[in-house]
Amino acid sequence: MENKNNLLDFLKGLLPFANVDQGKQFTEVNVPLKRWRETAQLLRKNSAMPFDYLISLTAVDYLDRFMVVYHLESVDTHNLIVVKTDIENRESPEIETVSDIWVTAEYHEREVYDLFGIRFLNHPDLRRLFLEDDYGFPLRKDFKDDINIIELPN
Amino acid sequence: MSEEAIKNLIIREEDDYIVNMGPQHPSTHGVLRLEVCLNGETVKYLVPHIGYIHRSIEKMCERDTYKQIIHLTDRMDYLSAHMNNEAVCLAVENALEVEVPERVKYIRVVLDELSRIASHHLWWSAFGMDLGALTAFFYGMRDREKILAIFEESFGSRLLHSFNTPGGLMHDVHPNFQKHTMEFVKYFRKKLPEYKQLLTDNVIFHNRTKGIGHMSRETAIAFGVTGPSGRGSGFACDVRKIAPYGLYKELDFKEIVHEEGDAFTRYLVRMEEMEESLNILEQVADNIPEGNFTAKMKPIVKLPEGEYYQRVETARGELGVYIVSDGKKFPYRVKFRSPNFSNLFVLNRLSKGSLIADLVAISGSLDLVIPDIDR
Repeated sequence: MENKNNLLDFLKGLLPFANVDQGKQFTEVNVPLKRWRETAQLLRKNSAMPFDYLISLTAVDYLDRFMVVYHLESVDTHNLIVVKTDIENRESPEIETVSDIWVTAEYHEREVYDLFGIRFLNHPDLRRLFLEDDYGFPLRKDFKDDINIIELPN
Repeated sequence: MSEEAIKNLIIREEDDYIVNMGPQHPSTHGVLRLEVCLNGETVKYLVPHIGYIHRSIEKMCERDTYKQIIHLTDRMDYLSAHMNNEAVCLAVENALEVEVPERVKYIRVVLDELSRIASHHLWWSAFGMDLGALTAFFYGMRDREKILAIFEESFGSRLLHSFNTPGGLMHDVHPNFQKHTMEFVKYFRKKLPEYKQLLTDNVIFHNRTKGIGHMSRETAIAFGVTGPSGRGSGFACDVRKIAPYGLYKELDFKEIVHEEGDAFTRYLVRMEEMEESLNILEQVADNIPEGNFTAKMKPIVKLPEGEYYQRVETARGELGVYIVSDGKKFPYRVKFRSPNFSNLFVLNRLSKGSLIADLVAISGSLDLVIPDIDR
């Protein structure tokens, strides 16, 4: 428990502009979209507790906004944190890439682009990963495909 | 093709010699296409193309109840079917704060480790076969059959058993489950030296795998390479140790970590892991307590609003299940962080500058299961 409080204080000190909370499972960090790239750099490059292992990167469609979720771990201390940022612009959603900070993000970002249509700015190779180029973005909540997706009666 | 897609096409030099490996190449063990650019016999770079068996399991999860999702997870990494099931079950149980009976915890560990050994069997067989040692295939399959027989006896199916359900198990195991598991442990202890003779100490095998596909610890972490592949590079990433779930906190076992990071080291990690799994089985299989096979659960499972994340260690690395619930009986969003997805993309880095024959050894040593990449 003490460890968790330490982590909380550490993150509050490192990211004064972010909203740091202790969630049920993990420590959660909410950052504004504009400061996401700066946050990523601070988390990865700080010397006290570098979060060097990007476990998972995904997005959630809330119909009025997208939430992009990053699960990060600091390998030496095994501290896992969740970083979230909201993209309000649902028409043409854009967020800065972090593929130069965590290499694995390059492919996770391609997956998110493929399934949600979120564009990652300055990404080195933003192509679709699974689907064809003219297919829609299936994980968006308003996606309809009468041929390939069969709705089950509730 | 959209303008954007044209802009993002990889521009190749004119004299680049491209060879397509797959989607039906036997060494890719599934529908994976590797676009390999060659300079003579040396790999210049490599682009993996995936999505041939993309089924959009994450989308399907959004219209299924939590109990139905279990059956979809089998189809991701079909060799770690039990661990995939367990990940979803643990996420749901933790969210509802359900305490599963001790008996369930024990049986789950036994199944975890049996699945891990069976999965490593298949990898060992196929790895030997890729490198031209066909006999290995028969040895591995012979022993894997024993485990599948145990599965079949209890669950009626050999690969995709969907035996877990939120709260416990679908039904109790067969009365002979314990006996047959212990028999297998004794049997396989005797057979492991054969594996050592056949491949581990084989000079030809050494020549094909030693010093090939070198991955440093930094690369492993940066690419998120977990499981035996990551541990072969000194990245201690065993979820059973760093975030123990189920019974693993109370068990006595070693995390196998080696530093060298070449294909042979990744091979060694898996071989030692099989032995370690036998040690765990010996601690657990004999002591399964009596009791219920499931906790009391409501017929319709509804998670309270919120986000849940559960990590488990499959035979190939860290599987993460991320569930967003809005309080209804269907999840709002499910994301599977599959180990193979991250492991695949390191292939380009590892095989740059190696011979095309070594590419087979490198991709074999990563132990990829393609349905888990595509999901």
